[in-house]
Amino acid sequence: MSSTTKASNVSAEGTGGEAVDRRVFVGAAMGAVGVCYLAAIGYPVYRYLASPVERAEAQAAVTEVTLPEAHKLPRKSALMFKFGPFTALLIHHEDGTWSAFNAKCTHLGCTVKYEPHNNRIFCECHGGIYDARSGANTGGPPPRPLQVYQVKVSETGVVVSKS
Amino acid sequence: MASLYGWLDERLGLEELLEFARHKTVPVHKHTFWYYWGGISLFFFIVQLFTGVLLLVYYRPGPEAYDSVRQITYDINFGWLIRSTHSWAANLMLVAIFVHMFSVFFMKAYRKPREFGWWSGLVLLLMTMLFGFSGYLLPMDELAYFATKIGLEMPEKIPWIGPKIASLLRGGLEVNEFTVQRFFALHVVILPLAFLPLLGFHLWLVQKHGNAVPPSEEAKPVEQRRTMPFFPNFLAKDLAMWLIALNVLAVLAALFPWQLGEQADPTKAPPPGIHPEWYFMSMFYVLELFQGTWGLAVSMGIFTLGLVLWTLIPFYDPDSRNGKRARQATWFGLVVVLILTATTILGYWGVYGKGH
Ligand code: FES
Repeated sequence: MSSTTKASNVSAEGTGGEAVDRRVFVGAAMGAVGVCYLAAIGYPVYRYLASPVERAEAQAAVTEVTLPEAHKLPRKSALMFKFGPFTALLIHHEDGTWSAFNAKCTHLGCTVKYEPHNNRIFCECHGGIYDARSGANTGGPPPRPLQVYQVKVSETGVVVSKS
Repeated sequence: MASLYGWLDERLGLEELLEFARHKTVPVHKHTFWYYWGGISLFFFIVQLFTGVLLLVYYRPGPEAYDSVRQITYDINFGWLIRSTHSWAANLMLVAIFVHMFSVFFMKAYRKPREFGWWSGLVLLLMTMLFGFSGYLLPMDELAYFATKIGLEMPEKIPWIGPKIASLLRGGLEVNEFTVQRFFALHVVILPLAFLPLLGFHLWLVQKHGNAVPPSEEAKPVEQRRTMPFFPNFLAKDLAMWLIALNVLAVLAALFPWQLGEQADPTKAPPPGIHPEWYFMSMFYVLELFQGTWGLAVSMGIFTLGLVLWTLIPFYDPDSRNGKRARQATWFGLVVVLILTATTILGYWGVYGKGH
């Protein structure tokens, strides 16, 4: 900073442009080298700190999860499981059909739960209510339905996938 | 820009600081080069703080210690680089401190009124070695495990209370996950808490008394002595040194990444050629030299005596000019350097000469 102000003073006095040019050049070159050093240190540090984020993002790209024992889940009950980094909810309905949702409430992100006696999905945090089959928001503050996953049931387990 | 500066200056007194910095000078003579080594030690310490905090983000002490270091070294992006930098900078910091200490010694910079600079510096050196020792265990690989096991034998051998002290340090009768937890507390909380204020004191003293000039300069008439302004001339050179230090560190850390050995297994015998870090080698060798019942007492006695003599040097070389007494201190310093180097080399030769 001070070197550039000095430099402009010098040129104002008209003592010669070349010295000023060199000063500006040296200043700029040193600045550029400094930026390179900062980048060379900053980049690894950023990637180091971001490691778990990158990992979670890679996990979030998962499109299918197999739950080996889940086909034994009794009717009128639910199972919480991990879909990549997210918490998800698998419901076995009374009539033998299945649904699966991302369990993150669309209001402020609480984890929702299945209530068999009311046959609905409920959010404890602010009383949000969703339909247990479709995930549609039927009461309380949630603005949108739950994210729905596809369910395939076989002898060996349950496969949940993003559409 | 100018008004912002004015605003800050009014509140923080920047102009006073600058004025002060402008008056500060650094002596120029043929030994000026040695003035940089304190700053270089400081630079490596700053690197240690920075990389240490980064490692803290992923390191888990206790039973998971090895696994978390394995994760840092092999899974986390650039984790190997951060860890390698931390380990290399620790060693370079000790090298720089030793150079700094011996240059202070040979320039006789411990003389009145700089005694406390000398003493605080010695304590800082001992603390740095403790930093090294406590940090060495944290990865809980084979080498770390055995080095710590052996290192803790020393307090163990103190008569009567020794075993109690060693067990308290270990958190058990053998090195285990409690030891790791304790050393972790020592390494990242207790030692830094003690180190930082002492470092502040040390730097404040340097500021208060300025750079010492060696007796050979003192002998010259005042007109013949030369100085340079601290700000910006010496500072610029200081920063250039830091840049060189950074480059050396980066090359070492990147080209010779710090290795992680096998997980420590208490049921296994140590691998061949096991030895402590280089800055403990001299002590290790002397311990080996004197064996038998009194061996440990003798070797520890020698080291304690040496350290006491070294610490008290300002007293029996209080105000030496270029005269006889100064020469005695120089001889003493040379003997110490010689003994330390010789025992270190012999130590390494013993380790590698026998086993391979
Ligand atoms: S977070 Fe679920 S209702 Fe508010």
